[in-house]
Amino acid sequence: MTTATARSSDLASRIRLNLRAVVGRAYPRVIGANREPSWFFFEAILPLLGIASYVFIYEAFGARAIETIMDGWCLDHACASPDEIATYVAAAKANTNALIASVVLGGTMVAFWLNVLWSMASQLYWEKEIGNLQLYMMAPMNRMALLGGMALGGMFMTSVRAVSTLVTGVIVFGVLFQVADPLLLLAVFFVTLVALYGMGMMFASLYLLWGREAWHMSALMEEPIFFASGFYFPIGGLIPAGAWGRAIAVAGTIIPAGLGLDAMRQLVLGRTAFGGGLWLFSAEVELGILLVLAVVFLVLARYALAYLEMLAKREGKLTSRHQ
Amino acid sequence: MAYAVETRELTRVFAGKKKLLRRKKNPEGEGDEGTGPVTALDRVNVQIKEGELFGLLGPNGAGKTTLIKILATLLLPTSGQAFVAGHDVARDVFPIRQRINMVSGGETSGYGLLTARENIWMFSQFYGVPSQVAKDRIDSIMHIFGLWDKRNAKVRMLSTGQRQKMNMVRGFVTDPDILFLDEPTLGLDVNAARTIREYVENWVRGQKGKTVLLTTHYMMEADEMCDRIAIIDQGRILACDTPANLKRMIRTDTTFRLEVDTLRDTASFGSIGGVKNFSHEEDIAKNRTHLTFILEDETPVAEILSRITLAGSKVHSLQKSEPTLEDVFISMVGRGFG
Repeated sequence: MTTATARSSDLASRIRLNLRAVVGRAYPRVIGANREPSWFFFEAILPLLGIASYVFIYEAFGARAIETIMDGWCLDHACASPDEIATYVAAAKANTNALIASVVLGGTMVAFWLNVLWSMASQLYWEKEIGNLQLYMMAPMNRMALLGGMALGGMFMTSVRAVSTLVTGVIVFGVLFQVADPLLLLAVFFVTLVALYGMGMMFASLYLLWGREAWHMSALMEEPIFFASGFYFPIGGLIPAGAWGRAIAVAGTIIPAGLGLDAMRQLVLGRTAFGGGLWLFSAEVELGILLVLAVVFLVLARYALAYLEMLAKREGKLTSRHQ
Repeated sequence: MAYAVETRELTRVFAGKKKLLRRKKNPEGEGDEGTGPVTALDRVNVQIKEGELFGLLGPNGAGKTTLIKILATLLLPTSGQAFVAGHDVARDVFPIRQRINMVSGGETSGYGLLTARENIWMFSQFYGVPSQVAKDRIDSIMHIFGLWDKRNAKVRMLSTGQRQKMNMVRGFVTDPDILFLDEPTLGLDVNAARTIREYVENWVRGQKGKTVLLTTHYMMEADEMCDRIAIIDQGRILACDTPANLKRMIRTDTTFRLEVDTLRDTASFGSIGGVKNFSHEEDIAKNRTHLTFILEDETPVAEILSRITLAGSKVHSLQKSEPTLEDVFISMVGRGFG
């Protein structure tokens, strides 16, 4: 066998090894997590309660706006004619539907953020606690295959939950989506997931270094990110709120869910929804930024994990529960 | 000669706990000086031949697990070198990891929602074992370990013994060349432990090129199974030879075992002339003390019995016996494993 052939055979066997490792690590999430049917109640139905509270508030705002219009007033001036009143009522209804659709979509994406926080970022810490981590570290697979398997399994499992929430939400709240560019929508969705789980992979290594404090980090990041990423309202709505609003919106874009949601809302509601004034960037630009974020997070995850492994071997404190 | 495992002056020092950190909880810092560095392995030299079932015998905290973790590429040496299958554990981990596996006693690895079979399969995938090959091996070894009935039981429903058997199947399913077994029969009932010992022995003896490094503090286990044994204490290898040769080392000595009423003070036995070493073990339930003496000859026996009587204790049994590995350990270290 020539050196080149041997090298290629070695490369092929390593690729096979790592693909098997990805499938192996994804398996518990894909199969195991759906083994108990109670997940449907806890993870698909219960999240609707949070969504419902926003939906009812937006519906109340919509009803109030329509009532004002019907009383003969359009914002701060009198409506001139019945046609104009009908136009304003239609616009108010469209805005209300767009807000409710935004909430249903955002509430669906919450599942991914929670999965990244609690099942990706915290996962290696848990693996250490139950004794799996040292078995993972001892195996010949690439460490990114381990994280990749966790991420792919998490994406699949959460997608099942998210679709259940979305379908139930659409049926219960009567939401209308108008998808003009399904391919772009799919691209935004998948790149958002890759960037989001790439960030989760990076956090997984860092959380392990921080130990139990990681729990507080997850708890600390949960609600503020719901707000800063605009899970329950279009994130562009923060821009008119002044400098602090812009600062929060910009900070929110670091979390891929914020940009991804903004792009997906444009693509399922139409770019002219809310008068076209509540979007951060165009969907194409946001897709580009998400691609960059995905690469950055994956590279950082790779180096964070390599650093973690080096530290684990040097200090002997990370792979075993009792050390 | 190429060794399956070789260590040269292998040393591992763990940093102690820092005083500063602990002071956060105890601002006065009274009686809280932290702990200094701990030398877990001290210039260890071991050569394990391919095809050998090698035992590492020592009490808790002797450094057995630290040595295994270094060999399993989970820990770096502080100084010295370690080679597994001819590869340096500090530099060349991939070819080592392809050829090794490790099972520890009391392991709680795996996912409770998966079945025993699925769990083992999952771990096999991290070694690139083709899925069907892995499944066939799992089924075959599960049969041997008497775990077949539990193959589809979720891991969280398994008993401690069944779980440990599952861990053992995980260790063998990747068909490693070198297997590290760290107290594999810890906490198992007699039958389960015997099944595991028999399988390990057959696995090593029945195939060419398989090597096992077994750590244990069960003397009988090491004595029965191992080709050679290294006795380790406080990070240092005290002796390394076949079980027979180790016992021969103290054959000129005389071993006496006594069972007496509980003795509070046993320290004075060490000052009796002719007593090379001794150990004592309390049996609180029976209110008894078990004493083992390594004597140069039988002369000190009268003095020992006299002191026991003076202490108000009663001798229930006295037995002169052939030396065991525990006697070898007592002779070298001056205490038992308890």
